[in-house]
Amino acid sequence: MKIRAIAGITFKEAKRDRILYLLFFFAALGIVASRVLAILTVGDRVKIIKDVGLASISLFGVLMAILIGTGLVYKEIDKKTIYTLLAKPLHRAEFILGKFLGLVLTLFVMTGAMTLIFLAIVYAHTLRIEGSLLVAIAYIFLELVLITAVAILFSSFSTPILSSLFALAFYLIGHLSWGLELIIKKMRPGAGKALVRGLAMVLPDLENFNFKTEVVHGLPIPPGIFLSSFLYGVCYTAFILGLAVLIFRRRDFI
Amino acid sequence: MADAIRIENLQKKFRIGFIPKPREILKGITFSVREGETFGYLGPNGAGKTTTIKCLLGLIHPDAGTIEILGRPHTQPRSREALGFLPENPYFYDYLTAREFLAFTADLFGIGRTEKGERIARLLKLVGLERAADLPLRKYSRGMLQRAGLAQALVNDPKLVVLDEPLGGMDPLGRKEIRDIIVRFKDEGKTVFFTSHILQDIEMICDRVAIIVGGRIVKEGGLRDLVSEKVLFTEVTVSGLPPQTFSGLGECVSAQGDRVLLKLYDEARVDEVVNLIHDRKGRLIALSPRTETLEDIFVDTVTRT
Repeated sequence: MKIRAIAGITFKEAKRDRILYLLFFFAALGIVASRVLAILTVGDRVKIIKDVGLASISLFGVLMAILIGTGLVYKEIDKKTIYTLLAKPLHRAEFILGKFLGLVLTLFVMTGAMTLIFLAIVYAHTLRIEGSLLVAIAYIFLELVLITAVAILFSSFSTPILSSLFALAFYLIGHLSWGLELIIKKMRPGAGKALVRGLAMVLPDLENFNFKTEVVHGLPIPPGIFLSSFLYGVCYTAFILGLAVLIFRRRDFI
Repeated sequence: MADAIRIENLQKKFRIGFIPKPREILKGITFSVREGETFGYLGPNGAGKTTTIKCLLGLIHPDAGTIEILGRPHTQPRSREALGFLPENPYFYDYLTAREFLAFTADLFGIGRTEKGERIARLLKLVGLERAADLPLRKYSRGMLQRAGLAQALVNDPKLVVLDEPLGGMDPLGRKEIRDIIVRFKDEGKTVFFTSHILQDIEMICDRVAIIVGGRIVKEGGLRDLVSEKVLFTEVTVSGLPPQTFSGLGECVSAQGDRVLLKLYDEARVDEVVNLIHDRKGRLIALSPRTETLEDIFVDTVTRT
């Protein structure tokens, strides 16, 4: 009930944030503009619409998670509303979890709204709803959940600007870290290779959640990959949230 | 009587500055607040009052020492189940109405829906916010916010109420109302621990006080034990006589028009002055003996420390 109360108030606060609507507007614009792009491009128009639409949902979803998530905990500390909250019989972990779930709920609603626009545009061209698109969006949402946890982690000890930079760096590293696997393959065995392998294990691999290409081009997806990606997302999110709780528990609110 | 709050050897250092230097804020605080009493915690600015309260509530982790709230270690969130807290400058979600904010606070205590509605209505009435209950908190004046803060501190019907400067920013009428509410807590058997700069209020409602200066408790005890009945001086207001009439008898504080205000430090001189006024056909306007107040003790303690 306590976590639900915190999540509820976080959702209320997040949906008051103008930046959320600004990003939603641009995401919707991106999805709708995919039609124009499709007309101008040579090739399969539907593929272009799907590609640009999914990319818009992913990009603006991440921006929402970062820009709102990094301010959530910081604002509570800065505006001192946290004094009243933590003076109640509330674990600091419950506070972090409530904040996290509140933002996840906000992102769920926003992703849902973006998906509706996207599916409407696709339907206008194909006259059918493709389930595989929903799978790709579900994994985009899973990635957003992880990014939210990361934003809250940085927000628990840093300012919103720094937290946004850190979270954005996490996102970029997460999408480029697959390149380390290529480097490992080309390296000779030794300390250097072990070091890069260690780095590849620690760094996030957000490409695990990227099924956009497969879905847009109708490529086969190996069985089992959905489950492993799902488990990867859940475990990584739990790990990041655990870290956020650990840091937040040690903080003094002066 | 059991202790509602027990603090033993509480120590806290903060590291301040670009090159962090440790600054000792609490230097081994020890005191206890008994169940059912109203306890005033006094001290000049920066003495460590708010830091003590923040340690008590788990907002700050002490470096050393133990804190118990109603018999439980303060580190357990359950120790705050029967505690209500009003911060110094209440900071709330300003987009919520008082009713929504109280409902949210009630949810944090896991209060059921039916009970929640009744309790909120009763609290809004108690603090006089019934008519403003559905206005967003950002439209509230400071006094109204203080009332909303008091209401949220009482939402769980606490046994122990911790109030950090509850009378700050209130107009005289509002101050009296809050003071009356605090007095009512005592009648209901609640323990009240509060800080205030308004010493007359503390003197009016507290059973015991502790004075903290420079991170140390320098005085603690029952108000009646600390404040003696001894007359410090007597103020005499006279009209119709020049100030020179009383030279050598007392200190002339002011002379405006034909009124003279005298301060007599020697009690034996009071009769002498009264007789003199009578003999010289003057008029005695007022005669008021001034006994020791909490403010005198506070000022004396702080300046001596």
